[in-house]
Amino acid sequence: MDRRKSIQTIILGAGASALAFHGCKVDGDDKDKALTKVEETKYFGRTPEELERLEKLQAEQVFNEHEMETIGVLSTVILPPKEPHGGPIEAEVPELIEFMAKDIPEMQNTLLGGLMWMDHKSNTEFGIEFKSATLEQQKQICDEICWHDIEVPLDEQPLEIQFFALMRNLTLTGYYTSKVGIADLGYKGNQPNVWDGVPQDVLDQHGVAYDPEWIAKCVDQSKRGEQAVWDDEGNLLT
Amino acid sequence: MQIKESAEVYDVIIVGSGAGGGMATKQLADAGFKVAVVEAGPFFDPADPKTMTQLKNPYDSPRRGAGTDRAFGEWDMSWGDWEVEGEPYTVEEGTKFRWWRSRMLGGRTNHWGRISLRFGPKDFKGKTRDGYGEDWPIGYDDVKPYYDKVDKLIGVFGTNEGLENDPDGFFLPPPKPRLHELFYIKGAKKSGIPVIPSRMSMLTKKINDDRGVCFYCGQCSRSCSVYADFSSGSCLIFPAQKNGGQVKIYVNSMVREVTTNEEGKATGVSYINKEDRKEYKLKARVVILAASACSSARILLNSKSKQHPNGLGNSSDLVGKYLHDSTGASAAGFIPGLMNRKTSYNEDGVGGMHVYSPWWGNNSKLDFPRGYHIEVWGGMGQPNYGFGFDANAFNEFFGTKVGGYGDILRDDVKKYYGSVVGFGGRGEGIARKDNYCEIDPTTVDDYGIPVLKFNYKWSDLEVRQAKHMQDTFSELIHNMGGHQLWGGKPGKDSDYGLHAPGEIIHEVGTTRMGNDPKTSVTNKFNQLHDVDNVFIIDAGPFVSQADKNCTWTILALSWRASDYIIQQLKEQNI
Repeated sequence: MDRRKSIQTIILGAGASALAFHGCKVDGDDKDKALTKVEETKYFGRTPEELERLEKLQAEQVFNEHEMETIGVLSTVILPPKEPHGGPIEAEVPELIEFMAKDIPEMQNTLLGGLMWMDHKSNTEFGIEFKSATLEQQKQICDEICWHDIEVPLDEQPLEIQFFALMRNLTLTGYYTSKVGIADLGYKGNQPNVWDGVPQDVLDQHGVAYDPEWIAKCVDQSKRGEQAVWDDEGNLLT
Repeated sequence: MQIKESAEVYDVIIVGSGAGGGMATKQLADAGFKVAVVEAGPFFDPADPKTMTQLKNPYDSPRRGAGTDRAFGEWDMSWGDWEVEGEPYTVEEGTKFRWWRSRMLGGRTNHWGRISLRFGPKDFKGKTRDGYGEDWPIGYDDVKPYYDKVDKLIGVFGTNEGLENDPDGFFLPPPKPRLHELFYIKGAKKSGIPVIPSRMSMLTKKINDDRGVCFYCGQCSRSCSVYADFSSGSCLIFPAQKNGGQVKIYVNSMVREVTTNEEGKATGVSYINKEDRKEYKLKARVVILAASACSSARILLNSKSKQHPNGLGNSSDLVGKYLHDSTGASAAGFIPGLMNRKTSYNEDGVGGMHVYSPWWGNNSKLDFPRGYHIEVWGGMGQPNYGFGFDANAFNEFFGTKVGGYGDILRDDVKKYYGSVVGFGGRGEGIARKDNYCEIDPTTVDDYGIPVLKFNYKWSDLEVRQAKHMQDTFSELIHNMGGHQLWGGKPGKDSDYGLHAPGEIIHEVGTTRMGNDPKTSVTNKFNQLHDVDNVFIIDAGPFVSQADKNCTWTILALSWRASDYIIQQLKEQNI
């Protein structure tokens, strides 16, 4: 263990903390600097072993070009793009599905088999592969498999039903965990903030109110940078 | 192969760098002693951008935060989970135990929930309270001064409520409740269940110049890069070094045993360096085990010698016995009143709940002893892998169709975002001699060290407590105008959803303290009855768990034991 390294990290930590409590100028330069620092790395916090496994998975391929295109087309039928936040393609949903099929290989049979089923069905009904069928034809196929009896466990239902449910899940999760999807959802978190309670219009909308006695005990955010001092009984003085 | 022995003699060797080990490091180094900290995992600093997961977006990863590599999700700051590669454990057939280990500096404190509850006066006197288990050899008054010091050193928010068994402290001010928490408060009130601000160790206000103040990203499980939450490395070990302490950290060093001399006194430890896979020895005047309740028991049981044929400190044959975890049961409800939320604001808050319910029940009217507290979760959190699955499943409650596709799914996702509230009951199980871990002589880890075998069964008492939790959760969901999820209320056939032993990750009791060396492993200062220069300062010496989380008590008892060690060293008694 390198002691100097640890001291350096302490200084780094203290510096970063200064940013946090001066601030909360959420749009200020300080925050940008702090975040750039985070974004500069390509590690997203992986251990060497985890990186090794990631690289191994990324070198493999589950879906061929045709299958990837079919996934792209189907995901877009499931969740059509919408301005200004795009759709599954902008959200890299096909790439996510390719990766997850390797990360959780138990899904591979359902996905590969389901894609084959889609083409078989489309060829049988319309004499054309699913990805090249018209939107109306594609919808006609999806309409048959997009509902299921919720009283019966999914894994006891026909493969094509399981496949569609899985594709819908992966499409939605892929979209809403992407940059465009998070913007569509409107999620405002994952950035430095000073939490000071639920806005009044939201309280009103949901018919609840803060109890003034409770709120009186809560943090006064204008004094968060002042060092805590207590009396002997545990009453906070600052 | 010859074992490499270091010539240097430390005052103290501390095995493990979590809550207990971190606190002892801080106290002993501050007192001027030469300390070696031996950690089985690699170095970790929450501020290192290379390992940091705080403020990552789901799309920074090709798996979008899925828990394939880390059981609690890709961003969780625990290296190791229910399984650690190369370090197996076994479980007796017909019994259950799951064991979470974090192999890294700071251990499990890097990802824990930071729920920082003091034990109350009743919690130290279980047998007196209801006849079950055993009393501790110490009481609340013995520990109170240390809880006070821990509050001030580390920082915990909360409120002084004057409750009998949930003592007041030196609190930082709590954050305001979130929207779903206001629904919870209202729902609990209808059933007469108390709700108070949470007590958690994040800094809502400055406590010193070394640590930052919480910036409300809600990601304490990722370990805070500005040190605004309590993690052992950032809040205890680094400050001890910065303060000029003589602290040498050995990482990737897996302790095999405590070494002893002819008189049976400890001389140090032997450990395997995971990098070169060779065995080394370190020498010290005092050995402190803080490897976690089960790992410390394992080291003791593996430390067999002529003087200690049954393992170190095990003349009572109780090392590994009385293992107990918190009870736990969970439920979730869909609350229509929380539908169609405005996303105009950031409600991440601190990582975890802003409000909770301490135990309120009257056991004389109940069919189980002890109690539990309720943790509550919900809100508009960060979407990660899994978000949007079964996007309109709640249509079921309105008699409309579930499934489909098209633009409508966008509306469904937004309609239901933030409308689920979940509950976790965390309670006290009874410590029993026949729940234990022992050495499994048939199996070794990758370093050649014999592993633990677990043997643990819940009794009817814990099952009945879980039933009470489930009844309470259903009532709360009803009070909130909601519908119960996850297939409805679990019944008798599944032990009312009682989690398997170990799953709450509050395992304690394997080296319990007491005044009688025949019925306990350590004395009331965490010192082995059999060997006066060996101390156990993790949750091993707990006589009983409470309806609380164990970390704040580990910290307080570690500080208390450290004071005792300092005094004993100065008086040259050990």
